[in-house]
Amino acid sequence: MSGLIVRGARLLGGETGDIRIVDGRIDAVGSVDPVAGDRVIDADGLVALPGLVDLHTHLREPGGEASETVLTGTRAAAAGGFTAVFAMANTSPVADTAGVVEQVEALGRQHGYATVRPIGAVTVGLEGRQLAELGAMAASRAQVRVFSDDGHCVADPLIMRRALEYVATIGGVIAQHAQEPRLTEGAQMNEGPLSGELGLAGWPAVAEESIIARDVLLAEHTRSRLHVCHVSTAGSVDVVRWAKKRGISVTAEVTPHHLLLTDETARDYDARFKVNPPLRSAEDVEALRAAVADGTIDIVATDHAPHPDERKECAWAEAAFGMVGLESALSVVQHTLVDTGMLDWAGVARVLSTTPAAIGGLTGYDAPLAVGAPAHLTLVDPSASRTWSTDELRGRSRNTPYTGITLPCRVIATVHGGVPTVLDGQLVAADTVAAEAGGR
Amino acid sequence: MKHLLTTRELDRATAVRILDVAEEMAATADREVKKLPALRGKTVVNLFFEDSTRTRLSFESAAKRLSADVITFSAKGSSVSKGESLKDTAQTLVAMGADAIVVRHPASGAAHRLAHAGWIDASIVNAGDGTHEHPTQALLDAFTLRRRIHGADARGQALDGIRVVIVGDILHSRVARSNVWLLATLGAEVHLVAPRTLQPAGIDEWPVTVHALLDDALATEPHAVMMLRIQRERMVDAYFPSEREYGRIWGLTAERFAALPADTMVMHPGPMNRGLEIASVAADSTRSTVLEQVTNGVSIRMAVLYLLVAGVEEERA
Repeated sequence: MSGLIVRGARLLGGETGDIRIVDGRIDAVGSVDPVAGDRVIDADGLVALPGLVDLHTHLREPGGEASETVLTGTRAAAAGGFTAVFAMANTSPVADTAGVVEQVEALGRQHGYATVRPIGAVTVGLEGRQLAELGAMAASRAQVRVFSDDGHCVADPLIMRRALEYVATIGGVIAQHAQEPRLTEGAQMNEGPLSGELGLAGWPAVAEESIIARDVLLAEHTRSRLHVCHVSTAGSVDVVRWAKKRGISVTAEVTPHHLLLTDETARDYDARFKVNPPLRSAEDVEALRAAVADGTIDIVATDHAPHPDERKECAWAEAAFGMVGLESALSVVQHTLVDTGMLDWAGVARVLSTTPAAIGGLTGYDAPLAVGAPAHLTLVDPSASRTWSTDELRGRSRNTPYTGITLPCRVIATVHGGVPTVLDGQLVAADTVAAEAGGR
Repeated sequence: MKHLLTTRELDRATAVRILDVAEEMAATADREVKKLPALRGKTVVNLFFEDSTRTRLSFESAAKRLSADVITFSAKGSSVSKGESLKDTAQTLVAMGADAIVVRHPASGAAHRLAHAGWIDASIVNAGDGTHEHPTQALLDAFTLRRRIHGADARGQALDGIRVVIVGDILHSRVARSNVWLLATLGAEVHLVAPRTLQPAGIDEWPVTVHALLDDALATEPHAVMMLRIQRERMVDAYFPSEREYGRIWGLTAERFAALPADTMVMHPGPMNRGLEIASVAADSTRSTVLEQVTNGVSIRMAVLYLLVAGVEEERA
């Protein structure tokens, strides 16, 4: 049977080797001779990573198709080297029933660019009052394992306790958007000297840290598993580090933008930099990078949040929170963690593929680039450099914060379950991907 | 100078120059014919996304005395409330020929966005943006102080060594922010007084002395005390317990007013809450500058519009 050969890639151990993919699985790794009919990708100088997994993506479908759809979002994902994305529940209707999550999962399968694993809402309508049918979503064809009211904090301590206990019985995890609502009413940016000067209502670090502190104690008390979304402050890192040391079952994520940008970006009132949680201080950025390096923060997740231009081309307080991040994530991770010597490429594979898959209960990613494993892989050119612009984006929205910044790294090829979704740095056409993926 | 967005970005020479031009403008108010031809053929748009009759009338009056054509666009109840964006509204006004846009907006930074987002090319005057800045208010306050202190010799002077106490809701006050930067730039010694709940983050880095209690600040024997309007709804958000308690600790009561040095000025940007942050005996005294502030506001706004629209090179002082 003919296959796909990746020729001369740098593997995670640092050695150079070939990878042969047949029938959606990795058939051989090392020195591989092509068979007649094999398609060959020249990977000289490229790093082979396992397909990247994003535990925190907003695909906006259903309901927000003006910003993104499952198709456009997974194309952006593939362009960024991702082969699986976890789609957040804050759609319209909210993903709080088996019907909605099955629809989103099926759209992902139909298009074929990436595996789409829906995240179920913790509470009905994300309203924080009544548990959604977590069991039904878990038992559905979408096999939901991650539950989150992201965009809203599960603020009621009793609801949070019950949710943690309840999902433990179905092997799930609660991904908390840690934001004390009363402490952040009307909040617009990081609370600090700049918010005071600019006259923008502050979002204090303590509003995040106090919820994480409460939740790790609840996780300990209920012997359940907690995941903390988009950790943004040095104090939060301290709390998570304390909890892990104590043996509490907690994992944490950080976004690429919190690893690179600070609240100084708000000075020009350009709402492309408005995000929740807000961009913090340079000291927070340093603490977050160190926390990824020492394992306190387990993963990097994008919080890809597309918005149409008109939600950003307005006064800061009137603009939407969020920025797109799928296409730029790997570049920012190389820039902030690899090029600074804090993480090697095996570490990148850990924080952007193996561990997010494990947290999300996604199979097929536990043995990266091993013979017999599903063929999810990404080939990147770490020597590439580009001045970022909206031309680099492949989703439907343009709200990237990196315009004008020079970033390293380019994704040359992405293979999802043996199906190339990116070749020669270009997205493979939608009908080709759908046909190949459907044939499996 | 293309825009006036903040006082923070004004250097001392520019600030003094605006005050000096305002003196010239004030002098014309005493003439039989008050109008100047300086902005004939120019169009000034007042774009008000927030109700403010006083500020709007002051800008309208200033533009008309300079012979500009004035369009006032009150965005409440217009296409804006039907979802038209700030960008579209501004582009529409420029398409109508606006040379300068005076903008009042409830969101901090709205004027800055209009000036710098690349949407339009007109001169922007910030007439108050959210809780950020209100530069013409601070300029008229500085003008009022300078006139009272230096009288006929005011031209060319700054405010070196003048001690000003600003009291009240610093956190939410654009007037306070603009005054802090401008007064400090002009050499004044600025004291701020507010309960901790109403002090903004980072206030320790400002060029001011901060006091929690009004009596501590008044003990410095200031040349001027500026009382800020306190909004009654702040109580609901637990910034302070009650009007009575606020007035007792941070109000310029009759007793505190009586204890002030005889020449201390009492300022208020208006509108006042009599009996809450300021006693009537203080507001109505000869040491109160409240009405002068209103009069001077027109002169300052004439100066700003003149400098922005007519351009520096055309100035005939």
